[in-house]
Amino acid sequence: MSVVGHAPPPFFKRGPAPLVRLAFFVSLSLALLVADLRFHTLEWVRLAVATAAWPLQRATGMPIDAAGDFGAYLSRQATLLKENEELRRRQLGTANLLLRQDHLERENKRLRALLDMRDRQPVEGRIAEILYAARDPFSRRVIIDKGSQQGIAAGQAVVDDIGVIGQVTRVFPLTSEVLLLTDKDQAIPVEVQRNGLRAVLAGAGSGMMELRFLAANAEVQVGDVLVTSGLDGVYLPGLPVARVVKIDRDSSHSFARITCAPLAGVERHGLALVLGDRRALPPQPDDVPVTPDQPTRGKRVKKKVR
Amino acid sequence: MQPTHSSRRILLPVRNWFIVFTLLVALVLNLVPFGRLPGIPDWVALVLAFWCVHQPLKVGMAAGFVLGLAMDVADASVMGQHALAYVLLAFAAAGLSRRVLWFPLAQQALHVLPMFLGMQLVMMVTRMIGGAEFPGVLWFLSSITATLLWHPVTYLLLIPQFRPEDKDVHRPI
Repeated sequence: MSVVGHAPPPFFKRGPAPLVRLAFFVSLSLALLVADLRFHTLEWVRLAVATAAWPLQRATGMPIDAAGDFGAYLSRQATLLKENEELRRRQLGTANLLLRQDHLERENKRLRALLDMRDRQPVEGRIAEILYAARDPFSRRVIIDKGSQQGIAAGQAVVDDIGVIGQVTRVFPLTSEVLLLTDKDQAIPVEVQRNGLRAVLAGAGSGMMELRFLAANAEVQVGDVLVTSGLDGVYLPGLPVARVVKIDRDSSHSFARITCAPLAGVERHGLALVLGDRRALPPQPDDVPVTPDQPTRGKRVKKKVR
Repeated sequence: MQPTHSSRRILLPVRNWFIVFTLLVALVLNLVPFGRLPGIPDWVALVLAFWCVHQPLKVGMAAGFVLGLAMDVADASVMGQHALAYVLLAFAAAGLSRRVLWFPLAQQALHVLPMFLGMQLVMMVTRMIGGAEFPGVLWFLSSITATLLWHPVTYLLLIPQFRPEDKDVHRPI
């Protein structure tokens, strides 16, 4: 075989000119970009390659894991003892509630039956470990260590011990990808716990969230806790989501700018609970005229013209 | 081929498998999950730029495109984002290679810095057109780290091409 560096370089047969090659590859990349951003057609490629690269990906994560384990090993016994004490005290504090939970749930079921209402769906969950944050700096996603083999499906809600973290968006056989609440593409229907005002909470970037489409005089205060309203059929109602930290009622805009901070450790890592699928809500009937009493749901509902 | 064109040292020819091997190692290094820690260099971009500068006939835009696709999948980012950025990086690096190699290593690094920054800028613009959030100024720190690594990486990747230095007074080269 001839070696470049000793053999004369190919003066004449050099292929297409660099600019032509550049134009070719750039247009190919742009086509891919459009195909993925606009039409979401390349998921299967991603799935195949990601599955094949999974062992490699785990292997590369090992030094990081080992460093974390080593740090934990060095953590003082005193801190562990204190943490243990704290956990035990907290468990005792909530024991009162937990012991009565079963009783209350049964009572709730009976009362609902009396009132002829639909049963609340029991919560079931699967504990997963958050492995690492995805490297993509433009979105906020984390990877958890349970996948379709363990019964995770796209669309399931993910919570930690304080509140909602996000939602499963992509499922691989052994891992899945969770889109965090603080991502700009993520929206979640919530209600203000204090007065039941419904709204849509969307990620605003840099770890904060924004309560959208609420009128400038909406009844929201700094410090209000937002819980899921359950209207979307994804999240169970009543899960804590965020706390209002800043309200900017500028009268020149029709909506108030309400900034919220997530309650759960959205950007911290640890264990998370993937909630089971919710039963699908019955489809919305077409013929019922839309009541004007739903301005805060965030979706503009168009009346059908007949 | 010398480490720089102004040096008097003649290198052995490069082996193809070594280029492929280093690019694969860079790809694996990019898979290490550092999360959102700022300042982690993009190893693939660094090694790709190095080979485009030193071996523009062997490594070019096609390699950049394939590596970019691999990175897009590994990063869970939009398909084509890294591909586009790496193709432009390879074009710039291969186009400037005849100029860059005449400078000492510190000035080579200064030539490479705008290429890396441009690559990150291209990625940012494509993603923000797609509606993503601004990743913060600290994200650009990874270009600067990559630039600082240009000097050590040059020696590391040229080691297999160095030949033992035997002084012969009759044959000065």
